[in-house]
Amino acid sequence: MGIEDIIPLLNSSVRFAVPLLLACLAGLYSERSGIVDIGLEGKMLGAAFAAAAVAALSGNVWYGMLAAIFVSVCMSMIHAIASINLRGNQVISGVALNFLALGGTVFIGHSIFKRGGTTPNLSKDERIGPIDLPFAAEIGQVPVIGPIYEQLISGHSIIVYFAFAAVPITAWVLMKTRFGLRLRAVGENPKALDTAGISVFLLRYQALIITGVLCGVAGAYLSTSQGANFSENMTAGRGFIALAALIFAKWKPWNALWTCLLFGVLSAAQIRLQGVEFPLIGEVPVQFIQALPYVLTVVLLAGFIGRAVPPKAVGQPYVKER
Amino acid sequence: MVENQIRNTQQPSRAAEIVPAIDLKGVSKSFGPVQANKDINLTVKRNSIHGIVGENGAGKSTLMSILYGFYKADAGDIFVHGKKVQIKDSSHALDLGIGMVHQHFMLVENFTVLENIILGAEGDPLLAASKAAAREELARLAKDYGLNVDPDAIIEDLSVGQEQRVEILKALYRGADVLILDEPTGVLTPTEADQLFRILEQLRDEGKTIILITHKLREIMAITDTVSVMRRGTMVGTVATKDTSPDKLAEMMVGRHVLLKVEKTAAQPGEKVLEVDGLSVTDDIGVPRVKNVSFDVRAGEIVGIAGVAGNGQSQLLEAISGMFNPLLGEIRINGKKIKFDGDGVADEVRRMGLAHVPEDRHKMGLVTTFEEWENSMLGYDDDQKFGNGPFLSVKAAREDAIKRIEMFDIRPQNPRLKTANFSGGNQQKIVLAREMDRDLDILIVGQPTRGVDIGAIEFIHKQIIKLRDEGKAVLLVSVELDEVRSLSDRVLVMFDGEIVTELAPTASEKEFGLAMAGLDPAQQ
Repeated sequence: MGIEDIIPLLNSSVRFAVPLLLACLAGLYSERSGIVDIGLEGKMLGAAFAAAAVAALSGNVWYGMLAAIFVSVCMSMIHAIASINLRGNQVISGVALNFLALGGTVFIGHSIFKRGGTTPNLSKDERIGPIDLPFAAEIGQVPVIGPIYEQLISGHSIIVYFAFAAVPITAWVLMKTRFGLRLRAVGENPKALDTAGISVFLLRYQALIITGVLCGVAGAYLSTSQGANFSENMTAGRGFIALAALIFAKWKPWNALWTCLLFGVLSAAQIRLQGVEFPLIGEVPVQFIQALPYVLTVVLLAGFIGRAVPPKAVGQPYVKER
Repeated sequence: MVENQIRNTQQPSRAAEIVPAIDLKGVSKSFGPVQANKDINLTVKRNSIHGIVGENGAGKSTLMSILYGFYKADAGDIFVHGKKVQIKDSSHALDLGIGMVHQHFMLVENFTVLENIILGAEGDPLLAASKAAAREELARLAKDYGLNVDPDAIIEDLSVGQEQRVEILKALYRGADVLILDEPTGVLTPTEADQLFRILEQLRDEGKTIILITHKLREIMAITDTVSVMRRGTMVGTVATKDTSPDKLAEMMVGRHVLLKVEKTAAQPGEKVLEVDGLSVTDDIGVPRVKNVSFDVRAGEIVGIAGVAGNGQSQLLEAISGMFNPLLGEIRINGKKIKFDGDGVADEVRRMGLAHVPEDRHKMGLVTTFEEWENSMLGYDDDQKFGNGPFLSVKAAREDAIKRIEMFDIRPQNPRLKTANFSGGNQQKIVLAREMDRDLDILIVGQPTRGVDIGAIEFIHKQIIKLRDEGKAVLLVSVELDEVRSLSDRVLVMFDGEIVTELAPTASEKEFGLAMAGLDPAQQ
């Protein structure tokens, strides 16, 4: 296998990793503030539908992007009201949002487009297209580095670059800003924040808005950049894998990047390996290969990562009165 | 007393010398039906250490939480440096120069000292500048007050005493000139406590005002200038520390009451049932709670343990009932030694004939979300009468529950009702019925009537006496001195983990006061 084989593999790894990474970072903001977010999946799905539907109706993909973010933030706010104000069970609220998105997208999609829940295919102009970085063609002539720059680094959609930029930005926000300090504190010991005179509610709302925005972008990526329309349950458990990746990453942004890339590579390899003859074993059933990323999730979570200590206050509604 | 202080709130500057740092007038606060503070008046002089004493539940912490803006008072006025204020929240209190060191530290465990200190007072949206400023300020505070802590240490790695310093530094960093400390020595070793006192004295000498909440009289006498005593939500009085004594304070704290009348005949003690020998208990964080305690309880007598709450009674109870392994010493029931070897000791102790009514029925005695009949057999669900092997006979259990409901007059008489829906008195009766309605040799009962109405108190007292008259041994621990005196045949007084003395229940109020303050009345 030469470099010309590896680059396409890595290329598709990146494309698989991006929605995971965005969802994982979305979960990071939420859980670092002390709110369990099992509804990443639902928010992404709702956003993917909104992006594809609005892009198809308006012909402008950026309206689609805005709609995706709007829908995702709205869903995040439902979760916020349920878990911050009403002190409800955060897992149940998240599960409810997932089901709402699963049924709601197909229902609304079918009533608008009459295509059994899918949205019309978007033309090339109605999608978020790839961007060629400067001098891609020229540098492409340089051996080894050239193809890497031209084919792997250049030529992705803006969302891909946004997702990768979000990692150092998140790390910086968490460690170097006032907001980050308070965010980390509210997920560990909200009372410490309350006694210091900072509103626990407000901070958690801010965190959940960021979660909503990131899930919205992830959803828009799925239906208008990676794909060209919305189809039923197109997130296919990515929200849950992102949640697993978050635990694997121990709630840290850089770890989240490596974890999501690993899942991306496995997903890409999984497609490559379908139908391939293995030495001695022969051809492995396709279902087995397809299951690999999920098997890895279970194996990693079960044993390999050591003790992942979640933010201490995660999942507990904040009650002031004793 | 405090009511007749004359002040002029219009001219605070001219009257600076006499304007108190804090002045509370008629402050009241209720939590549901519980009145935690009733019409409290309190004046704290500037530049002094002011102690507030009272038993657990006297309302001290609630009062200070109101002052710190954590709770809102239902009624009353707050004056800070002579100015009337409505403290909206904690950040407002901090702006007014009021800082608080909570009993349970409000620190983020995996943050550094520096991060904890700047939390909530960061200033800039970016941290770099405020971190640098805080580092400098910390160095200054360390120099001025001897409050040395490594700013880059992680809180988890610090000792409790150091964590407390971080809390104090947090308050000082935010510019507090009135510092409230809630039970600051509860978690400290004696050496750490002494260090804390030196720091507090230094802070006062530098012009700060300190409010110290505690139930330990030794601390009040050692360090305060003025002391206010609270009892059951009311302010009993304020005195200069030099004009008072531990026994006077103890008397104010516990109150002088007519003994509740409990009719009983003289005890006829028989064989030794419970023997405690050289028992020492150290708590989870290594603080000694029970120190070399020895006593015994005989069949047919009630032995009471009196003392101000927090002097080791809880730990003594937990050790005897097999819930907590003691450090040293021996406990024997009917001459048989309790083996503290891992789990299941509490169960083993019960099989040896001990029944335990825990101090806190909500935390230890009941599962309040269960139905009554379930709590009625909880812990004894292995009994033959409730079915064989893994199978539970619900019918037998409910019939048994109904029998106990009648025996102990538990109301409403419905075994299917959720336990949380019973009143405090009836909940307590459920626990008592479960523990007493069986073949036992000794009953250990902690705070039998805490939060229980008068009618139920009488009933519970009668049941305990009845048990004694049946020739059982009873060990009663209560912070209600009246209760201990009226029920017990002998009273042991605990102070700071030790049994100070044994008194007859008929001993005088003064003798009890002295003993509860840690002084042996025989030596006075």
